[in-house]
Amino acid sequence: MASQYMLPHVQQPPSFHSTASQPRQHQWSPYTENGGVILGIAGKDYVIIAGDTRSSEGYSINTRTARKIFDVGSGIVLGVVGMSADGEELARKVARRIDDYKRNHDKHITVNAAAVMLSRILYAKRFFPYYCQPLLGGLDEDGVGAIYTYDYVGSFEREASRAFGAAASLITPFLDNQINLKNQFVPGTNGDEPRKPGDLPMDRVEKIVKDAFTSAVERHIEVGDGLQLVRVTRPPPREAMEDEEEVDEREKTAGGGVLTEVMSELKKD
Amino acid sequence: MGGFDFSNHTRNAALMAAGMPAPKATSTGTTIVGCLFDGGVVIAADTRATSGPIVADKNCEKLHYISPQIWCAGAGTAADTEFTTAITSSNLELHSLSTGRKPRVVTCMTMLKQHLFKYQGHIGAYLVVAGCDPTGSHLYTVHAHGSTDRLPYVTMGSGSLAAMSVFETQWKKGIDRDGAVKLCSDAILAGIFNDLGSGSNCDVCVITPDKATLMRNYITPNVRVPKELNYKFAKGTTAVLQEKIIKKDELRRYITVTEVDAKGETTLTTDVMQVDA
Amino acid sequence: MNQFPHGWGRPRDDVYGAYDSSYLNSTEPVSHTQRPIVTGTSVLGVKFNGGVIIAADNIASYGSLARYDNVERLLQVGTHTVVGAGGDISDMQYLHLLLDNLLIKEQYPADDHALLAPQVHTYISRVLYQRRNKFDPLWNSILTAGADPKTSEPFLSYVDLRGTTYTAPALATGYGAHLAVPILRRHVPDEEACASLSQEDAEKLVEECMKVLWYRDARSGVKYSWAVVTKDGVTTGNNKIENQSWKFAEMIKGYGAQNV
Repeated sequence: MASQYMLPHVQQPPSFHSTASQPRQHQWSPYTENGGVILGIAGKDYVIIAGDTRSSEGYSINTRTARKIFDVGSGIVLGVVGMSADGEELARKVARRIDDYKRNHDKHITVNAAAVMLSRILYAKRFFPYYCQPLLGGLDEDGVGAIYTYDYVGSFEREASRAFGAAASLITPFLDNQINLKNQFVPGTNGDEPRKPGDLPMDRVEKIVKDAFTSAVERHIEVGDGLQLVRVTRPPPREAMEDEEEVDEREKTAGGGVLTEVMSELKKD
Repeated sequence: MGGFDFSNHTRNAALMAAGMPAPKATSTGTTIVGCLFDGGVVIAADTRATSGPIVADKNCEKLHYISPQIWCAGAGTAADTEFTTAITSSNLELHSLSTGRKPRVVTCMTMLKQHLFKYQGHIGAYLVVAGCDPTGSHLYTVHAHGSTDRLPYVTMGSGSLAAMSVFETQWKKGIDRDGAVKLCSDAILAGIFNDLGSGSNCDVCVITPDKATLMRNYITPNVRVPKELNYKFAKGTTAVLQEKIIKKDELRRYITVTEVDAKGETTLTTDVMQVDA
Repeated sequence: MNQFPHGWGRPRDDVYGAYDSSYLNSTEPVSHTQRPIVTGTSVLGVKFNGGVIIAADNIASYGSLARYDNVERLLQVGTHTVVGAGGDISDMQYLHLLLDNLLIKEQYPADDHALLAPQVHTYISRVLYQRRNKFDPLWNSILTAGADPKTSEPFLSYVDLRGTTYTAPALATGYGAHLAVPILRRHVPDEEACASLSQEDAEKLVEECMKVLWYRDARSGVKYSWAVVTKDGVTTGNNKIENQSWKFAEMIKGYGAQNV
């Protein structure tokens, strides 16, 4: 199970006066926190990963246009939130390894293989972890949407939906309710038949994602400015594609997806 | 007698050492400003209250009434600004009654600084005090430790630097009322959009010798966008696991029922609550 | 004649005594930069139509002492890049050494290929990120400004001691991030606004921001250096903050009840 792990500096007990009165040496921390939130939802033939575009440090906004979702190649997307320097380093490394895989094996990596690979990359830094929570998305070999979620040091699992980052605690219950339909029953069955999750059309999920973000912006100070939404969908059928080379490229993957990115505005206060 | 009692602090330190987190106060990580003009003074504030990174109140009021012609903008710990201004308001009114004169801004400022100095910064109130009195228009800042300052334009709170950048580029000597209102609201907007501790709307209060005008939500640049979907649940979505209807007659088994007629005369009082068998 | 080749060219033991290698086996732990010592304050940068302008003052502080007042914190790297650094001055000068070496190596192939701002920024960010991974940071916040010699496309980006990087239409390090960025963002909120900002207006904007920093940043100075990069290359200059206004002080009498 993911998510138990906490960084050593986060685990430190809160300081209280009895020790604060003694002089303590200040230790420089290589970590920082750049805020923001990311969100991934897997459908039966699509994946949506979205993130806000604010990068902050303390009470300051670094930039309003920082991307947290990266195209790492082979129809796979990686979302990272936490410390942006570590996140971007991780995305570069994953993209490089996915490219290596393609060149070495002359085929695209599958999303589940990439998921295991990412786990190993994270665990390789077990004692100086990347301070970011990654969320990997793509279509699996059956063309079904897959979201893989990780903790800092590589524990991972496949999930239907997940929010990471500053406002994750605000968005998660909303996702439990609207995507996983937790504690809800088919009206008229008087609690006998729970509502079944998993059949949501992509346009409805996109609206849920948008509402999740506009709501997080209202109540979390580190979330805002812009919304980057990336879809991974199945490639169009063969006849619709004009470029033969592109088709050849596509055929090398079992269920590789096509990425589209949509940018929109969020509140800036 | 007198002096401080820090025994609770020792207790709290012990509790925290045992792993109990300190209670979190709502703070107004804030932008507040003030500006003097020819014939009065303006103060302004944003309306975001935060608890850590969470927005506790999207439209709180940071402009506090002290007396009809003296108003105060508060940053810091929300409760401290609220109670410090309230007690000063009371004491100033009593002072005014006993002297038979209108309260003066400098009196208010002195009461605030002496109160805050006494508490050595433990009362986290950072204030901008403004008002008009028989001696003219005045503008002060008061820090939590009790230091004060008197300037023609001031800013405070986490957005004070963003707000000050506006004053330092646009303020001119001899500014008029409308200019001061525009300048103050622009300074607040700089805080709202550049400082994460500040947000939502802009409140402004203009004080002249004859009246104070509070312009609540003078600018609302952060209206929530409409939601994409409607989140109304179909009736029956929540399972009814157990049903029990309590009739009015049975109510007196749980509560004390007093029946009152139209004239307000008590007609019947039943026994105190009974516990279910 | 010494018959051992490894001894040739070395100080002779019979003349200078045996080499004292004890310092190599020191039991002291390796010490890393714990805090900056001599520091520079903010650096500002703004993109405009066809280029970018960057500025930094000439003060180097030793704690709260304004220790040096003629320090150049902007460095031209190649033909179309300027790097401005805040933070520790010795780390900045070490970085200048690295950049000089980088440029020299870039000359060797003589293939007319030149390093441009994006490459210089990436290089610096890799150096800073690697040093933070060694827990031995270069204690700087750095702006890299440049313009593409062919397309005129302006480039501006930030990197700091933890390797955090970002880009925006206008950037500032240190106190500039709090005092200058709000002013800059009001004029250039986005890339489209940069495209309609003239070089002249950008220069005025930077002048205004440097003045605010002089008023409010206690570690700043009156003299500053600026550099403009366009497709034609780098123009640099020095400036002094003029037309200061201390008019607000006229009416101040004390901090409270004082009237005289």
